[in-house]
Amino acid sequence: MLDKFINLSSTAIPLPIENIDTDQIIPARYLKATTREGFGKQLFYDWRYDTDGNPKADFALNSPIYAGQILVAGKNFGCGSSREHAAWAIYGAGFKVVVSSFFADIFRNNALNNGLLPVQVSESFLAKLFDAIKQDPKTQIQVNLEKQSIAIVASGETESKSETQSETFEINSYKKECLLKGYDDVDYLISKHPEIEKFEIER
Amino acid sequence: MNTLFDKIWDAHTIETMAGGSCVLYIDRQYIHEVTSPQAFEGLRARGMQVFRPEQITASPDHNIPTKNQHLPVEDPLSAQQLSTLEENCEEFGINIFKVGTPKNGIIHVMGPETGMTQPGMTIVCGDSHTSTHGALGCVAFGIGTSEVEMVLTSQCVLQSKPKTMRINVNGALHPNVCSKDVILYIISKLGTDGGTGYFIEFAGSTIRSLSMEARMTICNMSIEMGARGGMIAPDETTFTYIKGREFAPQGEAWEKALGEWKLLKSDADAVFDQEITFDAADIFPMITYGTNPGMGISINDSLPKVSEIEESSRPSFLKSLEYMGFQDGEKLIGKAIDYVFVGSCTNGRIEDLRAFADYVKGKQKAEGVIAWIVPGSKPVEKQAIEEGIKDTLEAAGFELRQPGCSACLAMNDDKIPAGKYCVATSNRNFEGRQGPDSRTLLAGPLVAAAAAITGVITDPNNL
Repeated sequence: MLDKFINLSSTAIPLPIENIDTDQIIPARYLKATTREGFGKQLFYDWRYDTDGNPKADFALNSPIYAGQILVAGKNFGCGSSREHAAWAIYGAGFKVVVSSFFADIFRNNALNNGLLPVQVSESFLAKLFDAIKQDPKTQIQVNLEKQSIAIVASGETESKSETQSETFEINSYKKECLLKGYDDVDYLISKHPEIEKFEIER
Repeated sequence: MNTLFDKIWDAHTIETMAGGSCVLYIDRQYIHEVTSPQAFEGLRARGMQVFRPEQITASPDHNIPTKNQHLPVEDPLSAQQLSTLEENCEEFGINIFKVGTPKNGIIHVMGPETGMTQPGMTIVCGDSHTSTHGALGCVAFGIGTSEVEMVLTSQCVLQSKPKTMRINVNGALHPNVCSKDVILYIISKLGTDGGTGYFIEFAGSTIRSLSMEARMTICNMSIEMGARGGMIAPDETTFTYIKGREFAPQGEAWEKALGEWKLLKSDADAVFDQEITFDAADIFPMITYGTNPGMGISINDSLPKVSEIEESSRPSFLKSLEYMGFQDGEKLIGKAIDYVFVGSCTNGRIEDLRAFADYVKGKQKAEGVIAWIVPGSKPVEKQAIEEGIKDTLEAAGFELRQPGCSACLAMNDDKIPAGKYCVATSNRNFEGRQGPDSRTLLAGPLVAAAAAITGVITDPNNL
């Protein structure tokens, strides 16, 4: 069973870098565990820590300014290796949503299979998001899976904010159902054993 | 009017669900030590057995040392992952080619080499370079660990059907241009996300003229442009390669299989969602300068200037050059390198070692360059010894190591030190890929050979 996805409103952590590959999300040397737990602390390890293991002050995840359950990243997020450890690390570090203008295929599947929602937005909306977070790191981002919508909401703490801006996003209707109800694909496929056996005989 | 991809995918689809997800039957799954333990853990938590253990084969490759494989693995975490794979295979009745045994190798070298990978199949593995197997005319793609568990429990995955793309390459290749140069060229034109959402069929006279090994290099790197996978329609080259291999059909079964395989091609009027054509005459020896495989140039060209890069992509471009220690607009020719790595599922096959050895024969490795020549499998290692490749390498100052993924992703001790430049025949030049702060320049085996001999980036045509 997956954790059910619950609509959320949160501040976000920005990573305005394109083509963030899964080797950056979690370097290969941390893939030696045999369980799914504990990868959160190695998330973005080489960007987050120096060679002595001290946090790098200029990296967004270490900054006291940014916090939240939403990661906002540049286009083509999650390219490269198929390692599901990337999704486990992001989820394990407390993120529920990753926003980008483009996701690599395998990462998208891995995220969805772990209750981590990939929200693909337009280039222009992504630019607005980065801008809003830069202007005011306390900007709230609302994500509603039923309505497939994402909205930038003023924090109320700055005067420069204009009205709420929002966009809808696409998601496979089956995967949406899985996330909302906490279903997982393995259970579904096990329920298909009779059809699979029939296919094996008739092919 | 179907594409080859459609034919194979549709023939394996058991159900298409609302939203487009397909229950896709998988003929063969390969597993290794890194992406399978959590899938077995899931299986145990459900109290289940493996649904079709005879359709699954394991070969440890990512973590294994490339020296002294007869000794216990020193790194306790690697050792634990390797023993976990052995225990899981034992418990669930899965065939495993253990480290040091005659069929062990990098999964994507082992599969074709043993004859397990065959035309028309659906093949998955928890590794993005599973696309390699598409070179034999099958639908092969990388999956995550949750999906590995799906296949363990049901021999199926749930996947939406990708769109189709055909990439044609036509004409004769220039001297010293190999298939690695062809695929690096294509990725440099399409970008690391140019194939995302697509399954690619490679076609055209250049592709047809390539050996099986060279075709595998092309399909291997389809994922580096984001594609779900790449494939090449099987032909006589494919059939000759497979015939007689241990797990290939034999006798009457061979004749029957051959009859079916000969039908595996896209219809003449098949329509692809996207079709792109390249001219082989435009392709020269390639090398990458940045931190993704799309950042490649002809070896004699200059790096792009910042002004030529789209404004929104400039920060990422500059970050990449800063990491690599390069200036925009400069040339790479003549720049000193520290390491050379020949190997991986991209270029660790016998033909790659042969090409490298032929080039360095009678020459000497540059002093100061550290070179790791790593065969992709035990059979490749054996053949390299039998053909005299090992002797040639040693006479030129090189050492043939034992098989494994090695410095491609540096999970074992084969790590490039911080700040050092490595010309690598592998597939990824991401930051830290070959070790923290290492700097990778991707190239084919000939560019690697020329760099190993001169100690600087060199056009293999100029030596």
